Amino acid sequence: MEPIILTFDVNGDDFSVAGEASSAVKKHLKQLGFPPDLIRRVAIAMYEGEINMVIHADGGVATAEINETGVKITLADRGPGIKDVNLAMQEGYSTAPEEVRNLGFGAGMGLPNIKKYSDDLKIETELGVGTTLTIQINM
Amino acid sequence: MKLAEIRNLLDAEVLCCPEGLENEVKSACGSDMMSDVLAYVKDQGILLTGLVNPQTVRTAQMMDMKCIVFVRGKRPEQNVLELAEDNDITVLATDYRMYTACGILYANGLFSEGVDKV
Ligand SMILES: Nc1ncnc2c1ncn2[C@@H]1O[C@H](COP(=O)(O)OP(=O)(O)O)[C@@H](O)[C@H]1O
Ligand SMILES: [Mg+2]
Repeated sequence: MEPIILTFDVNGDDFSVAGEASSAVKKHLKQLGFPPDLIRRVAIAMYEGEINMVIHADGGVATAEINETGVKITLADRGPGIKDVNLAMQEGYSTAPEEVRNLGFGAGMGLPNIKKYSDDLKIETELGVGTTLTIQINM
Repeated sequence: MKLAEIRNLLDAEVLCCPEGLENEVKSACGSDMMSDVLAYVKDQGILLTGLVNPQTVRTAQMMDMKCIVFVRGKRPEQNVLELAEDNDITVLATDYRMYTACGILYANGLFSEGVDKV
């Protein structure tokens, strides 16, 4: 198959629309007839990453590259960056404010979840510049 | 268990997608932490939650859940119901609190699936 590239602007101002990009990718993969297990792994990993872009980084750009071997998701933001990536990867570590917790996120499970559901996770981050997550999920 | 039976057991109001009431679910999950749902849930058909923001629907959608039950009398805004409608997710609302709602379903044979104990 020809690779398919989907690109989305993720709005950082509106928590209520977070997840639209992940939802669109999920629907696309379903239409293409990808296996349900792969679709769910992509959906969860991308959704957690998209939520992070909204709650920690004022939004950014999400890209999904689909081919017959799997899906590569890139989430690029111009937020504050992550000071200590090893710490951020630990289950339960979160700097999310109270109001985010009241909305059901900020349990410090997002990055660990992305790692758990993906085959490869790369985090490039620079303080004051931004963060890019590259997530590979194979068939 | 059919969603219609869940509605009856919880004395719940159907807020959207009543056509889904004929769907069968095998297991359920109760949580106010969406990341926990995304982390531990395997094939749960329904999500019981006390939160009513759109991300509860998004979470259910990502997990291929068929139904959300809003507990302790909470009612979501219209945009939340529209999102559920778009994704064919049946929405129920019950006045029971979380513990009781989960207990009623569990006692009637609706268990959880996936990670029960971490
Ligand atoms: N895109 C991002 N930009 C800046 N900081 C981030 C980003 N993603 C994650 N972080 C940092 O890593 C921490 C852990 O992230 P995560 O595991 O998703 O947990 P949570 O989002 O629940 O806080 C966050 O609390 C935040 O400090
Ligand atoms: Mg997160």
